[in-house]
Amino acid sequence: MTRNRNIGDMAFTVLNTTFLVLLGAVTLYPFLNLLAISFNDPLDSIKGQITLWPNIFTINNYKIVFQNDALYSAVVMSVLRTVVGTSLSVICTSMLAYTLSRKEFLLRKPVNLILVISMYVNGGLIPGYLLIKSLGLTNSFWVYIIPGLVGVFNVIIVRSYFDSLPEGLMESARIDGANDFQILFRIVLPVSMPVIATITLFIAVGHWNSWFDNYLFNTRENLNVLQYELMKILTQSTAQVTADASGYVDPDALRVTTPQSIRATMTIIATVPILLVYPFLQKYFIKGMTVGSMKE
Amino acid sequence: MPVGSKKWWKTLGKQYQLLIMSIPFVCLLVLFSYGPLWGWIVAFQKYYPGRGIFGSEFIGFDNFTRLFKDERFYLTLRNTLVMSIMSLITGFVGAIGLALLLNEVRTRLFKRTIQTVTYIPHFVSMVVIANIVLTFLSPDEGAVNQFLLWLGITDKPIYFMGEGSLYWIINTLVGLWKELGWSTIIYLAVLAGLNQETYEAADVDGAGRFQKMLHISLPGLLPTALMLFMLSLGSLINTGYEMQMLLGNPLNMDHSEVLDLYALNRTLGAGQYGLGVALSIFKSFVSLILVFTANYFVRKGGHARLF
Repeated sequence: MTRNRNIGDMAFTVLNTTFLVLLGAVTLYPFLNLLAISFNDPLDSIKGQITLWPNIFTINNYKIVFQNDALYSAVVMSVLRTVVGTSLSVICTSMLAYTLSRKEFLLRKPVNLILVISMYVNGGLIPGYLLIKSLGLTNSFWVYIIPGLVGVFNVIIVRSYFDSLPEGLMESARIDGANDFQILFRIVLPVSMPVIATITLFIAVGHWNSWFDNYLFNTRENLNVLQYELMKILTQSTAQVTADASGYVDPDALRVTTPQSIRATMTIIATVPILLVYPFLQKYFIKGMTVGSMKE
Repeated sequence: MPVGSKKWWKTLGKQYQLLIMSIPFVCLLVLFSYGPLWGWIVAFQKYYPGRGIFGSEFIGFDNFTRLFKDERFYLTLRNTLVMSIMSLITGFVGAIGLALLLNEVRTRLFKRTIQTVTYIPHFVSMVVIANIVLTFLSPDEGAVNQFLLWLGITDKPIYFMGEGSLYWIINTLVGLWKELGWSTIIYLAVLAGLNQETYEAADVDGAGRFQKMLHISLPGLLPTALMLFMLSLGSLINTGYEMQMLLGNPLNMDHSEVLDLYALNRTLGAGQYGLGVALSIFKSFVSLILVFTANYFVRKGGHARLF
């Protein structure tokens, strides 16, 4: 009996491990493949033989991307947007969450109600578009920052963390004569790093990955972000493929690089910053996610 | 302390720092989540951007009549619902299945590695995902076509993105690939909280690992799963539009165009703002009905309400 069970369990473990390894491979392979293509000679890549390792190693693709003014400016704009947007959002989210965790705050209930209702209110895509237009936020850097400055979901995650802190922590600071700003920034935030790390990651990833607001609201080219430039290259080459299913390659461009290599290179540039950060925050955001969703 | 009394105002005055920390952001939130509702007026107007809401002529329900007479509306409604339902079902089955399998892994490092790897696509932008899809499904050197040719399943490359009938399947699989790992987080948390004594009792009774997974872990997940399933019913009509926009092309448009893209094309493309806003109102009402229906069933089922 025990013997059979052990054999059955072992078979299960082997099958399970195999399946999970395969799943991991299917997830990882596309990224590794594009990484290899981005470091491979463009003309050689066209043959389609590249799998996990570059055949003829070169860093020319990266040089070409960074020497192109539009693409370089897009990288700078993405970084700027992510840094400015994330720091402002994290500060504002913490402040709002802090006031909601102060039980003596007279407006706590109405503010909370407005927040919760706004999660269910959705004016829709076109009305939202008309609103931003009528506010005159178009062709401006601030259209990236202001509309999403505070997100209700993040406020809820941070507030539930603040609620779990010992009440005496804030009380003793108050008795020492600290005001609310001092309590938040000097006492509460330093002991709330897990949740702050979580929302920082979520917000930063959101900013880094955005392109739709760029597409809808900003036509001035110096405001273009990296993801939007990548999207333009993508739709251009799709249009070409649609026009001529055999695939059209510009002979002039061929001398320097190919659309395939540029796309791979930009994809890697757009992906790597995220991959460098999130594994280190994994244990924090798993906790943040779980607490946040349970609270809802 | 009664609201509005002298003492109330005085206390509020003393809390000016809390007011500074909350009121500006509450205003911002009100502006950007309730503000668009003001734009709903446009649905009843012959709206011209140059004239604005105040200068445009009211035409009653004409925009709604036009919307409900448009064949394209029904086509995109069908696409939206079909893709929503396909993603909803595959997403749920996939997340529960993967969580159960991950839960059986005894080596912590291996489990963590698989988790970290399967989270990657969640953090990556839709543009990057679309790029990967178009590269791998390309009829020229796409890896998928090469693989199928090598296996002998097909004798000439398939132009995946040009076949409308394949679009729904591609869309579903890509969505599953992107969110599968991420969606296990909540289920893994529930599994970690299940009573260990039940497993020990099953051990004594001679249950194998597969049996324990099937008879203890899976039932343990079901209440959470049901609750999350109901929660997502409310957004059935709100399937995303980014993927459809990036992967859509004239050849697969009859299957890839969803309601929001239809609205975008009608407004930005053809200047029919009233029609686009009418569609937004229609969507809001449908999702409101769906949310209340789901809430009713959850309550009836004896589980916690959603709100």
